[in-house]
Amino acid sequence: MLPGQQLIDFSWIGDHLGQIAERIGQHLELTILPVAIGFLIALVLSIWAVRQPIVYGPITAVTGVLYTIPSLAAFAVLIPITGLSLVSALIPLVSYTLLILVRSIVAGFRGVAPEVLEAAEGMGYTRTQRLIRVEFPLAVPMMIAGLRLATVTAIGLATVASIIGGDTFGGLGQLITEGLQTFFPTKYLLGAALSVVLAVSADVLFVQIERWITPWARAPGSAG
Amino acid sequence: MESSAGRAATVEFDQVSKRYGGSAKAGTPAAVNDLSLSIPAGRICVLVGPSGCGKTTSLKMVNRLIEPTSGRILLDGVDAAGRELTELRRGIGYVIQQTGLFPHQTVVENVGTVPRLLGWSGARIRERSEELLGLVGLDPAKYSRRFPSQLSGGERQRVGVARALAADPPIMLMDEPFGAVDPIVRERLQDEFLRLQEELAKTILFVTHDIDEAIKMGDLVAVFEIGGKVAQFGTPAELLASPASDFVARFVGTDRGLKRLALSRVADLTLHAAPTAVVGSDAGEARRRGLAASFQFVLLTDPANRPLGWIDAATLPESGPLTEALANPTSPFVNKRTTLKDALSLLLDSDVQVGIVTDRTGAVQGLVTVDMIAERMREGHIAPAYLVDAPPGAPADPAE
Repeated sequence: MLPGQQLIDFSWIGDHLGQIAERIGQHLELTILPVAIGFLIALVLSIWAVRQPIVYGPITAVTGVLYTIPSLAAFAVLIPITGLSLVSALIPLVSYTLLILVRSIVAGFRGVAPEVLEAAEGMGYTRTQRLIRVEFPLAVPMMIAGLRLATVTAIGLATVASIIGGDTFGGLGQLITEGLQTFFPTKYLLGAALSVVLAVSADVLFVQIERWITPWARAPGSAG
Repeated sequence: MESSAGRAATVEFDQVSKRYGGSAKAGTPAAVNDLSLSIPAGRICVLVGPSGCGKTTSLKMVNRLIEPTSGRILLDGVDAAGRELTELRRGIGYVIQQTGLFPHQTVVENVGTVPRLLGWSGARIRERSEELLGLVGLDPAKYSRRFPSQLSGGERQRVGVARALAADPPIMLMDEPFGAVDPIVRERLQDEFLRLQEELAKTILFVTHDIDEAIKMGDLVAVFEIGGKVAQFGTPAELLASPASDFVARFVGTDRGLKRLALSRVADLTLHAAPTAVVGSDAGEARRRGLAASFQFVLLTDPANRPLGWIDAATLPESGPLTEALANPTSPFVNKRTTLKDALSLLLDSDVQVGIVTDRTGAVQGLVTVDMIAERMREGHIAPAYLVDAPPGAPADPAE
């Protein structure tokens, strides 16, 4: 912060709304893409783990190691290979979602009551029909819980991706980086505040989505 | 319910065994050991026994949730092992204790499960589901859109039964279907189910550990003992009259004489005619009639022949009309469907040991007494096992 400068320069914000909106858009991209890709990978891994419980240990071990790699280190390793591309940013962001998502999806499948599975089998569902029509819908609440956590985590981690993304896809992290480099607090405070707002909004959004698609889970208790 | 009646299949276990523990060699303990049972079409066969006796395993081998180690299960003469698995299961109703209703589906969707698997049209599924809800005593308008979590235990069991009946299967497997509800609800569900079965006439395999339920529900009862063997297979009456072994005798209980009373109903007795007098008729005539009989009470009824109460003939005036104020409404009421066990119990509890038998409209059909029940025991319809055992609490004194 330079001497005599205001902490927050509202006129700068007013003059740069377009740029700010663009950064928010980039940030959403840096969040939605890795969570979506991570979810698909995690779903496949989870179904595998539920059908063959022996692979669950190795899967969580590998995703657990991925989860512990510092993002800066991951970028440093990837830049020589995949360059300053979106792919370099996405690989670490996707890998961070996997542990959270695999655990919650597997917990969702395992939480389906055994008598429900037995009834489905006894009535003549094929294995695939049972997976799609019974197990998957019943695992949805746990899946959404995992998605909430993964998304909020991804929103935070995505700020680091500005190291790679820069102006092209740096997101709110780019606002923070530029603000710090130019000693302009308005920019980095705004970047930080907006990523918090995004995280909270995502959280609320997922709660609403869950309510909407699982009306049975919040059905009031027994009618007597 | 013409759409649900008349389809039933025979079920035959032919030397069926199930052994767990990898190789099926003779040394490993059997869950089910050389089971041979033949269940005629349209009957309820109860598999009863202590836990771990293989009754549930036997049941699940019919829809092949468990595959037998050896032996064959024939459904209408066709080996179940040779049929396509899902096709076989869609043709067998399956009800389990915890119901296994799908929590994410509404009641009407749950009931439509098998028809949906069979590819029925949406309209037909809906129509059938609502019909079945009505059949099991749940108003479709009220219950269709509810989720299982919004139902009571008894309602869930009804939905479970409706779901199993949806595609009109010739065979139903019921694994402790009424085990998870309280005794009052259980009894009502049992009664309703028996009434339903009179119309449906399905072939039903019914697993329970409760001998009273077995005797009540079964046309045939197979008593299992530990080790997966059938200790006795027969009608409830045969089981109670002549237990095949000590184990069966102990399992059916020392009160099996009383239990046999539960197998006969008031309809099996020749009722006493009731000395009735209609309210408003001549008291003097009723008095003379009452005093002339050995039983000097008169039963006052309304014009529709519904009982109002007893009047001691000796207390009646010589003339004037009979009024309701004279009557003393103390007798227990039974109907022709009441079991002799329940009737006896009611009579023993009451001051007047004469029960009034009424029909559906409440009109008097006759009288039943402790004597009549005791007489029926002496005739040998019920008596032998009871007389040998002389169980405590039995009505040893035939006097009124």
